[in-house]
Amino acid sequence: MSASFPSDSVGLVTPQIATFESPLALACGKTLERFELIYETYGTLSAERNNAVLVCHALSGHHHAAGYHSADERKPGWWDAYIGPGKAIDTDRFFVVSLNNLGGCHGSTGPCSLNPETGRQWGPTFPVMTVADWVHSQARLADRLGIERFAAVVGGSLGGMQAMQWSIAYPERVANVAVIAATPRLSAQNIAFNEVARQAIRSDPDFHDGWYAEHEAIPKLGLKLARMIGHITYLSEHSMGSRFGRDLRSDQLNFGYDVEFQVESYLRHQGDTFSTRFDANTYLLMTKALDYFDPAGQHGGDLAAALAPVACPYLVVSFTTDWRFAPARSRELVNALLRAGKSVSYVNVDSPHGHDAFLLPNDHYEAVFGSFMRRIHVELSGEAA
Amino acid sequence: MRADLELIYDWVPEHARILDLGCGDGTLLAALAKHKNVSGYGLEIDPEGITACLGKGVNVLEQNLDDGLGNFDDDACDLVIMTQALQALRRPDVMLDEMLRVAPECIIAFPNFAYWKHRLHLTLRGRMPVSRSLPHAWYDTPNIHLSTFRDFANLCRDKGVTIVDQAVGSADHEGHWSSRLWPNLFGETAIFRVRRGR
Repeated sequence: MSASFPSDSVGLVTPQIATFESPLALACGKTLERFELIYETYGTLSAERNNAVLVCHALSGHHHAAGYHSADERKPGWWDAYIGPGKAIDTDRFFVVSLNNLGGCHGSTGPCSLNPETGRQWGPTFPVMTVADWVHSQARLADRLGIERFAAVVGGSLGGMQAMQWSIAYPERVANVAVIAATPRLSAQNIAFNEVARQAIRSDPDFHDGWYAEHEAIPKLGLKLARMIGHITYLSEHSMGSRFGRDLRSDQLNFGYDVEFQVESYLRHQGDTFSTRFDANTYLLMTKALDYFDPAGQHGGDLAAALAPVACPYLVVSFTTDWRFAPARSRELVNALLRAGKSVSYVNVDSPHGHDAFLLPNDHYEAVFGSFMRRIHVELSGEAA
Repeated sequence: MRADLELIYDWVPEHARILDLGCGDGTLLAALAKHKNVSGYGLEIDPEGITACLGKGVNVLEQNLDDGLGNFDDDACDLVIMTQALQALRRPDVMLDEMLRVAPECIIAFPNFAYWKHRLHLTLRGRMPVSRSLPHAWYDTPNIHLSTFRDFANLCRDKGVTIVDQAVGSADHEGHWSSRLWPNLFGETAIFRVRRGR
């Protein structure tokens, strides 16, 4: 079986579920009395338990970051390009932990789970989560796995925000942080795009104020529109242009409103696929977590003050054509770390792929990320010796 | 380590907070961190240099020196080092001001255009010198502001910057008595240690 997987793949992986019975207090004031987290691990935890790397996922991500769930799975996990034997996050060296965040729709407790108090699905009553809440829940998972301190916490986009939050909330529990294609806070434009996505979902007649499951409906149209608008912000003008240009599906204009341009067909397809595999309430919740993230907010807008607790080196990576979280947003974070006197490295990787670049193979990105991770491993080996 | 870097290494005090402009593969910062407990950052734009720095655990920032040092506060560090970059900057004089804003002291090394071999090359052949320290042709050189040992000393004087130390080096380590006597003529690389104000 395993022979059918590429040699630099972690191969067949099986998700696990951890159940937590002690309550988790949330930023919104509510408390989750019990919750489950679904997660995967790749590689082996060392005897010293010091080689664990936590991978945090982005808006529509989940625990399945690398490898395959079955021999027939068409595509590997979402960050397979960077997790595996010999890859940037080398599973021959590191023990990688990847989970689905609370509020997700891939197996961790979320809007689709049953609320034990009501016996009904949580639906729209599931508490709105924050990045800080997620980090607290991830710390519980680390406790469960016997990981006192992560060798690194890494993530792209919303995942990068979680890595940032780890270094602020648990500075003693993280030895390195990599924040990729992220931002220390969303701009008005970012929030605006999220709001359009939310309105698309909430105004879908099949949304039923979030109780669509009880009406045996799915707000497909809303989810589709939300994904279409989101997807535009993940790509660059250049990558869309080079991929689709003004190409038509047929060889002539039809003077109608059906799909004519290839880019329309692509976006509709992306939207359709997404609308059947992602939960609307989770999407709403995840976009809110994005909007709310602002560590500087509690420090009068002073990001350097917010980062004062940080006690580990940062790697910050941006991509030249990313306009969702542009390089300037990463530099805001870098400059705040400089002002706070923290260890930080910054690389602006040349890529035509916009925000999505953090998921895609790229030699320079692979080289800098891999170099950063290898140095971590060399230092761990030094500690052990 | 390169000859000019070895000299600079000796000049750096222990526990200094350093900014290395054009830090290359991070050799100097890594050695200083290891043996002199120095902390700091390197600025570099070469992708291979950046990757090498990350591998050494050197803090490296991808930042073009021509964009200035605006992201560093006044007196953000104790010492700014810049080797083999001055001559490639759009405004070396502005950079000197910036360096002395960010730190009270800085060390600058650059190829001395008045080196006797360069003079000979220009005099005898009538062409722009091409040498070990200036390997490019005139049309594709990144070195757009070539200067001499004496030019830089004059710039410091005009700006009211104090020269604490000065030296010249050659690519093959050993200093020669002649370079101490006539640095502008016999120094291949000029190295200055300067301090803010008189």
